Amino acid sequence: MLSRVANSVYWLSRYVERAENVARFIDVNYNLTLGETDSLGNQWAPLVYTTGDQDSFAERYGEPTRENVLRFLSFDEENPNSIISCTAYARENARTIREILPSVVWEQLNKFYFMVRTAAKISTTLDQPQEFCERVRLASHLLVGATDATMSHGEAWHFSRLGRLLERADKTSRIVDVQYFILLPDARDVGSALDVVRWSALLKSASALVMYRRQHGKIVPDRVADFLILDRHFPRSMHFCLMKAQESLRNITGSASGTFCNLAEQRMGQLCSTMDYTSVRDIVQHGLHQYIDDFQNQLNLVGEAISDDFFTTQQQRKARNAATMSQSQSG
Amino acid sequence: MRLASYQSNGVFDEMFAPNGQPRPSGARFVERLQSLSDGSLQQRQKAAELSLENLGITFNVYGHSAGTEKVWPFDLLPRIIDANEWAVVERGLKQRIRALNFFINDVYNERKIFKDGAVPEDLVVSSKTLRSQCLGFQPPQGVWCHITGVDLIRDQDGQIYVLEDNLRCPSGVSYVLENREMMKRTFAHVFQGMSVAPIEDYAEQLLQTLLECAPAGVSNPTAVVLTPGIYNSAYFEHTFLAQQMGVELVQGSDLVVEDGYVHMNTTRGLQRVDVIYRRIDDDFLDPKNFREDSTLGVDHLMDVYRAGRVTLANAPGTGVADDKAVYAYVPEIIKYYLGEDAILPNVPTYLCSDEKQRSHVLSNLDKLVVKPTNESGGYGILMGPQASQADRDKCAAAVRANPREWIAQPMLKLSTVPTLVGDELKPRHVDLRPFVLCGKDIYVMPGGLTRVALREGSMVVNSSQGGGSKDTWVLRGGQSMPPLTPAAQETN
Repeated sequence: MLSRVANSVYWLSRYVERAENVARFIDVNYNLTLGETDSLGNQWAPLVYTTGDQDSFAERYGEPTRENVLRFLSFDEENPNSIISCTAYARENARTIREILPSVVWEQLNKFYFMVRTAAKISTTLDQPQEFCERVRLASHLLVGATDATMSHGEAWHFSRLGRLLERADKTSRIVDVQYFILLPDARDVGSALDVVRWSALLKSASALVMYRRQHGKIVPDRVADFLILDRHFPRSMHFCLMKAQESLRNITGSASGTFCNLAEQRMGQLCSTMDYTSVRDIVQHGLHQYIDDFQNQLNLVGEAISDDFFTTQQQRKARNAATMSQSQSG
Repeated sequence: MRLASYQSNGVFDEMFAPNGQPRPSGARFVERLQSLSDGSLQQRQKAAELSLENLGITFNVYGHSAGTEKVWPFDLLPRIIDANEWAVVERGLKQRIRALNFFINDVYNERKIFKDGAVPEDLVVSSKTLRSQCLGFQPPQGVWCHITGVDLIRDQDGQIYVLEDNLRCPSGVSYVLENREMMKRTFAHVFQGMSVAPIEDYAEQLLQTLLECAPAGVSNPTAVVLTPGIYNSAYFEHTFLAQQMGVELVQGSDLVVEDGYVHMNTTRGLQRVDVIYRRIDDDFLDPKNFREDSTLGVDHLMDVYRAGRVTLANAPGTGVADDKAVYAYVPEIIKYYLGEDAILPNVPTYLCSDEKQRSHVLSNLDKLVVKPTNESGGYGILMGPQASQADRDKCAAAVRANPREWIAQPMLKLSTVPTLVGDELKPRHVDLRPFVLCGKDIYVMPGGLTRVALREGSMVVNSSQGGGSKDTWVLRGGQSMPPLTPAAQETN
């Protein structure tokens, strides 16, 4: 398929997944803070860290009040990671590749975008954001379902799944990182009651609570980490996302299991096989924050390699080679 | 639905005869329309509009901020064409396209028509759209105009005239197909059993036309649609046609010339391309051969084309026959190459390059429509009777400064079709753009794009200037319409 089209289908599904995850973060945090009397800043600031946009937030909004954070994450068109920006980018990408999308997928995405745009115009949407967040989540599920059910599971579909899973792995890693930062000091305090509500909320934000219970029963911090990072069956765990992303990558290239034919596959394979043989004890010993930081860096390298191996055109390669040639000659 | 008050004064109405009775082609439809309950039509019209928005069936308007998308305006009431009348139109279109293909080939090769004096040479070679890069070129199958969208209008005398030929990159066919879908979706019980000629095989016909004209010797040719990109006014159509044909929609940056062939950049490296249905104007196709500031084209594309290793549809250079001054000679062109009289007449046209005709135009600016010879989309036109004196003066100066670039035609009264305006049916002026495909054979899509000027009295049908569209029904030959079946009758 065309490199440009592969690029668009990949980013289309990344943006949809991103919008869904932001909605999840908002929803869970809102539920958590409902009964709280704490100063609001403490409750809402972590959310901005989760999406990694704290600098631009501080610059434009200052105080992380509930209203500010909700607006920034939902409807701020200048925030490239807000729900409205993500759906708009997803739709723009889809518009450039309509010819390869099943019409039902395009129609759903179009409706998704209109829904968010309409919600943004209603001043009361964010007073009680749960309903909006649920609609975003459902719209995303509907899109993924429609894509799975109506699009040939060929190259374009695999690029779409690749984008979605890499985005999901990244977002799950971020929420685990931020929530652990808040929760762990409490958990280590001898004798202090475990904040079961918050730990449950973390699981809920990944729709993982029920599945976790069936797997591990009681809420135990390390097991929660184990489940969200390393579980091989839960579709939002980092490990699961990577396994399936690797599967899609192999389907795209046709490489046999355990082999690679380009940098993207090599990096993906390295990251996956390390995860295959990692236990949660290793992670805790290594330092969870450090582990996730490393994971995110490697994930970014995988993303860069994908872009380079599949989305770069002959003309871009030539231009780049010419640029490096002239650099090395002058230097 | 009451129709008693419907009146179209002084112009030809496609649905109703002057005595207020429906014409035979529209009788069955009007009967069904009258059986609809009050408000039902409006309800369906709204449903259609919502559906168009959700499906993202849009066009972009230039002169507004980049990327302004507008939902395609669709009016639910169809324009109906009688089978016998259509048969004449179809023959006329085939005749015209055959002759024009011969003409273009002649202009770029032997130039016999000039030597024989049927068309003045200086008029043609002075056309801005003559492409010297195409001299001596012979395209596969001898086809220059693979896809044509001829604009037809009906004047108040009831005669159908050709207004423009549109031999370069005519757009609108996707809307014809979507309008029909919309009609079936929202007006099914009215459409049912109407014996309307199907148009749904257009994409198949188009693909076949493109593949038939692939460079000789390519056994399994790859075709693509080349678009200028998402901000082009017809972008929706480009994606639609690529999707319907199942071929790649490419932008200039997706293509590259290597080793004398055109390739596309894919996730598995370069892949050869044999036929390009290009929706980019000649000027922008290849910065190395045409405008060098083009960012939409492909370097050296024309070199590959001239070497016969890729087919461009339509061929570069077809604009020479699309020039409105050359248009005036199409009846002579038909006569010269085919030895036949034109089946579809031209609108009488005054060439401002001719001194006598020019002075007639200049002294009758308040009665004529003055058009630039090389614009499309309705840009640059002076509607004499409605224009201000200042506009007429400006136009006169432009004509004097550059007579070759202007033609004039009498102000025609376009025919009308009932159109839903608020809660009532009102006559609104329409034109018709049928689409013609030319490969080994010529295919004419039954019907075409009916554009409607939604403003009262307006004759400007362009969607960029407040025009809408309608489904066009060509009734199938030899069949009168079947009686209304009970299932098709609306009861609520």
